[in-house]
Amino acid sequence: MTETTSTPPVKTDKPDERVKTRSSFREALIRPELGGICGTILVFTFFLLTASDSGMFSASGVMNWSIVSSQFIIIAVGACLLMIAGEFDLSVGSMIGFSGMSIALLSVVFGLPMWVAIIATFILCMGIGALSGWLVIKTGLPSFIVTLAFLFILRGLTIFAAISTTNKTIVGGIKDAAEGDWLAPVFGGKVFTGLFQWLGDNGWIETFERGFKKGQPVVDGIPMLMVWAVILLIFGHWLLTKTKFGNWIFASGGNAQAATYVGVPVNRVKILMFMFTAFCACVFATSQVIEFGSAGADRGLLKEFEAIISVVIGGALLTGGYGSVIGAALGAIIFGVVQQGLFFAGVESSLFRVFLGAILLFAVILNTYIRRMITGEK
Amino acid sequence: MSEPIIEMKKIEKHFGSVIALSGVSLKVMPGECLCLLGDNGAGKSTFIKTMSGVHKPSVGEIYFEGKSMDFECPRDAITAGIATVYQDLAMIPLMSVARNFFMGNEPTKKIAGISFFDHKLANEVTMKEMKKMGIHLRSADQAIGTLSGGERQTVAIARAVHFGAKVLILDEPTSALGVRQTANVLATIDKVRKRGIAVVFITHNVRHAMAVGDTFTVLNRGRTLGSARKGEITSEELQNLMAGGATLATLEGSLAGTI
Ligand SMILES: Nc1ncnc2c1ncn2[C@@H]1O[C@H](COP(=O)(O)OP(=O)(O)OP(=O)(O)O)[C@@H](O)[C@H]1O
Ligand SMILES: [Mg+2]
Repeated sequence: MTETTSTPPVKTDKPDERVKTRSSFREALIRPELGGICGTILVFTFFLLTASDSGMFSASGVMNWSIVSSQFIIIAVGACLLMIAGEFDLSVGSMIGFSGMSIALLSVVFGLPMWVAIIATFILCMGIGALSGWLVIKTGLPSFIVTLAFLFILRGLTIFAAISTTNKTIVGGIKDAAEGDWLAPVFGGKVFTGLFQWLGDNGWIETFERGFKKGQPVVDGIPMLMVWAVILLIFGHWLLTKTKFGNWIFASGGNAQAATYVGVPVNRVKILMFMFTAFCACVFATSQVIEFGSAGADRGLLKEFEAIISVVIGGALLTGGYGSVIGAALGAIIFGVVQQGLFFAGVESSLFRVFLGAILLFAVILNTYIRRMITGEK
Repeated sequence: MSEPIIEMKKIEKHFGSVIALSGVSLKVMPGECLCLLGDNGAGKSTFIKTMSGVHKPSVGEIYFEGKSMDFECPRDAITAGIATVYQDLAMIPLMSVARNFFMGNEPTKKIAGISFFDHKLANEVTMKEMKKMGIHLRSADQAIGTLSGGERQTVAIARAVHFGAKVLILDEPTSALGVRQTANVLATIDKVRKRGIAVVFITHNVRHAMAVGDTFTVLNRGRTLGSARKGEITSEELQNLMAGGATLATLEGSLAGTI
């Protein structure tokens, strides 16, 4: 054999004869979010047919399940980016309880201004997130184990801190402490109140007929919780698909060694994602604490699984390297709508789990199929 | 060209009790292709990984452009201008060709002060570079996992050539390639060398080595077995050296000249 160094004849830009042309419709369908989209349509169709006369789709009904869905979205965005980066955080639920209690104790018991309590809590929790990320990287243990330890540590600390300072597991008095604070409304306030009053005045949404709220619309604004959900969703989607860092997230989760070889700072990416997950848990907790006016040591129980389920319904791969923030948000919406919808439909609440399990199974099977279409694996 | 672009002095690498390298030295001049040969497990991959920042040598020094270098991670080496095609390619099957191509070196564009991954540019460059290597991709958006082994290898080579500013390291880049693609890779090595870039080329194929190599170094069990310049050695001698001298003669006898 003699080596020739001539370049092969250059082909013209005609379509490759070895590719079946797929219709652009089909092309558009084949995406990680498809399972989530189908699930969402399915769930809404189901409740439109079975619960439309229950008030589920009235203004207050929509607000009800939207708030629950927004809560799920907030933690799902964090869990989604972390899962794509190849790690889990099982301590999200405990982190919610911990950060809520931290805000309550710092402000109510130690008398710090609310904004100081909130900022200190965010710093503390993101520090804990960084610590668990650092431990995962330094020890090489699966994040499953490390964050499982934090699940217990944080929950235990929360209960201990509450009991030892106040002798109770529920600490109230947040409403008073947050009075006049500049940061609290960023988490617990409402926006567009004027718009909703105007809608109510014009009769486009229902108003209270009697009582001290007479004349006010039943829905008097968009809670900041929902605004946060939208902001985090847009931020997460932008970060993942439109930035250099997003490529690093995919690479770190897809194959950490290969990513390191080509110069991706995998450890930094993973630690930052642990911190972002903690940040999301903190947003959730702060909104909840200010809304309820109290912090409970058992808040956030099982939230880590709800977040992970939303992410998986949304098409992410449990082993990392693949997924979509939009998909995770759809998963969260499915979760919220099913949970509240069954309540509206008057279904026995235990059936929620049955329904959820079925949706989970359906979405994951569909997602596996879609992924094979995309990657061409057998 | 008197000063080597990269010089490795008495490199040793130990993995626990395994001594993968026990004192290998060599230097590469700009515009020169160094062929690194040797049996399986000789330590070739380990050696180039100390060059590319993956492993820190247990003992020994690395001089890059005359300065002592201490690569902490592959990123340092890449920043210095060393690009590598690893034997296992360092590709992520679920990611698209373009995302893999630019992994770690993503092009960005600024829109309203915010930095975005420039997908359009990434796709165009990927298609163009792959075409140069003789592979016609359907689209730069398809997942690497859908490509054939050789196509994947070509992506890894095209990527390294694109980013290899001063030194290009290729660890068995032609092992899965067809005739035309192999010819292309060898032609590319030649082209790159003429641009003044140093190439370190690992191969088991003496013909490929003879086609592009300027110097040849044979490793055996973590040591340098011998070095030669082009013209000082015939391919038979090189082949014998690689197989540890006498053994090949006996092999040839028993296999009746089939290798
Ligand atoms: N990370 C590691 N841990 C322990 N031992 C290792 C490690 N990497 C390489 N080795 C050992 O070092 C020796 C040299 O391996 P290396 O991969 O460098 O060989 P090679 O010359 O590239 O072989 P091949 O031609 O098969 O690619 C082998 O015996 C291998 O088992
Ligand atoms: Mg090797």
